[in-house]
Amino acid sequence: MTGPADTTSLPESPAQPPALTYLRFLRRALGLAFSGSWRFYAWMIVLTAIALVGLHAWGTQLRHGMAVTDLSDHVSWGLYIGNFTFGVGLAAGAVLMVIPAYLYDDHDMHDVVIIGEIVAIAAIVVCLGFVIVDMGRPDRLWHILPWIGRFHWPVSMLAWDVLVLNGYLLLNLHITGYLIYQRYLQKAPRRRWYRPFVFLAIGWAISIHTVTAFLYQGLGGRPFWSSALLAPRFITTAFISGPAFVIVLLEVVRRARVLRFGDGPTTTLTRIMRITVLLNLFMLVSELFTALYAGGAHAASVRYLFFGLHGHHALLPYIWTAVVLNVASAILLHLPQSRDDKRWLLAACGCAFVGVYIEKGIGLIVPGFIPSTLHELVEYTPTFVEWKISAGIWAVGLITLTVALRIGLAVWSGRMSERSAGTQTASPSGAPEHAGAQSVG
Amino acid sequence: MTAGPTRRVALKVLGGTLGAGAFAYAARPLAQWTAELSLEETLRRHYKELSAEELAQILRRLEEETKKTHGVDVQIRDLPAQEGVSFGYALNLSMCIGCRKCAEACHHENNHDRRTNNSYIRVLEMEQGSFDMERGKVDYDHAVPAPGKYYMPVQCHQCDNAPCVTVCPVEATWKEKDGIVVVDYDWCIGCRYCEAACPYHARRFNWTAPEIPPEEMNPDQGYLSNRLRPQGVVEKCTFCLHRTRAGRLPACLEACPTGARVFGNLLDPDSPIRWVLDNKRVYVLKEELGTRPRFFYFFDV
Repeated sequence: MTGPADTTSLPESPAQPPALTYLRFLRRALGLAFSGSWRFYAWMIVLTAIALVGLHAWGTQLRHGMAVTDLSDHVSWGLYIGNFTFGVGLAAGAVLMVIPAYLYDDHDMHDVVIIGEIVAIAAIVVCLGFVIVDMGRPDRLWHILPWIGRFHWPVSMLAWDVLVLNGYLLLNLHITGYLIYQRYLQKAPRRRWYRPFVFLAIGWAISIHTVTAFLYQGLGGRPFWSSALLAPRFITTAFISGPAFVIVLLEVVRRARVLRFGDGPTTTLTRIMRITVLLNLFMLVSELFTALYAGGAHAASVRYLFFGLHGHHALLPYIWTAVVLNVASAILLHLPQSRDDKRWLLAACGCAFVGVYIEKGIGLIVPGFIPSTLHELVEYTPTFVEWKISAGIWAVGLITLTVALRIGLAVWSGRMSERSAGTQTASPSGAPEHAGAQSVG
Repeated sequence: MTAGPTRRVALKVLGGTLGAGAFAYAARPLAQWTAELSLEETLRRHYKELSAEELAQILRRLEEETKKTHGVDVQIRDLPAQEGVSFGYALNLSMCIGCRKCAEACHHENNHDRRTNNSYIRVLEMEQGSFDMERGKVDYDHAVPAPGKYYMPVQCHQCDNAPCVTVCPVEATWKEKDGIVVVDYDWCIGCRYCEAACPYHARRFNWTAPEIPPEEMNPDQGYLSNRLRPQGVVEKCTFCLHRTRAGRLPACLEACPTGARVFGNLLDPDSPIRWVLDNKRVYVLKEELGTRPRFFYFFDV
């Protein structure tokens, strides 16, 4: 494996063609993705192993059919679509770093905004993975491509989702790719090459989660989803899971000492979460009240989800865990200890992340199908194959995140640049040469 | 050269070899699945873009495939919607006794999977004096008709404002001129969005490849109806269009022992379906959803 340390070309070569410089950047980036400390290797090997288990399980599902899942004609979406929905929220939530950094000129946030954009990319990779494994015929994926297939746009909300998710992925790939490469060249990025895209991406982030909510909200035959509160609640929970994940990630980056930055970003994100966790609980109460006070057949799914229906109560452990975690995160975030002690804050983020994961995953998708449209009660519990495939996709997401962050932060901190091409690249465990580089834009 | 780098290289080579082996093992089911696919079918264009010759070729290929896999000579036709015909269906709930002969006939007519006993029709046993489906039962297992009950078979309502057609991201399902909502099984990507959208539980997904003994296969097949479905795609009731477009009646109607079912051309003033619509107080299921079904229920009294 060719590592960056093997690069022996001369540091200053202004006459070199740009394409070659870019190729060398890619080669060094690739090198960085395949070399590091034993911890890095261990992490990547574990993730790769999980991804391969998932790949094997997916192949099995394709060969033998989706009968290997617990899905049925009654509950036709489950763990995969639940994870997909949660992933979209995670991707949209990362925009909460972009808004302070670019709209409010928060300089501290600007130093780390690249991390949020990388999280968005990894989250979209996860979303696309979950959509593909949920398809019965992924070999016909090209049917859903605009112009090439038969794209049912603008009628089908799923066609909209294909557009906004892939558009969001491309936008973020462009923004991060451009900024990182300019930093690598040690050039000031040109505003017109990224600022319009950044502002577009802010609106786009809201759109991906709104469209995903509309996907369910637009189905008149499913009373559990057919609520105007669904999209606002999606955005609110996105603004819980996104910041929660980023706060934990910032702490990891800080402890790995790959980038030096202030406490401002964490404080800003914590403040946002203090509001969104309460807003989410408020919306939950509002939904429960609407469903339960008047009663009637429309409330059957809510009754099934929270209390069980006619002796069926498979979702009770899930949803009450979610409720307890969401309440716990709200309490923890408002305790004074979470302001002074990182451990309290991280615990709060952990609770919030898992709480939203359950509530928006299984807790949102499955009860939409129970009772069925003919009011049959058929339950659903994910099979081992479904868990293996899901774990595999998350592992792919974490691999994407790790590699992108390694490259991005090596450049961002100034450890990897065109100037340093001839010198030894510092290992990630080593101290950065001049961390906390000036912000751009 | 020191021992350090050598050992590291050796470890990397070892790791790389193990990794490649693990990858090959993990990818094997995927590779086997890919090998079973046919490139010709994968790259085929949309049904509405096919020329008459291309469609004829596809029909012959599908017939050959069935011959190869099941050893049965079947005839797959693609009968077009007839001019001046718009199908409608009505069901007399006063006469239905809940015997489920219609569901059984559907099972055989449409070459359904034998293991799951699939059918496009579900019969609900309802309580007298209630329209509440929550109090209905599908899995009743006793002599019918039971006292205090009435029976309500539900199948695709061929809605004029069909949510399943709206949501399909690839136009694999559409409404034909005679009102039938069809699926092209060779275009469907299996996302099951239509299954989530349908308010009548009318759609079925092929969770495995359907299993039918060759001697029980119905050889009279339609491309958009009862031909063998592949694994991983959605299917639905088509009012037996391979029969009804050839002037015959749906299999479920012929099987009904009480004559509860009425089928015909809504545009023909002398058709039995028109007589029902003109003389009976009919209603449709979940009218409030705005789906505009072509399947009507009525009581005799």
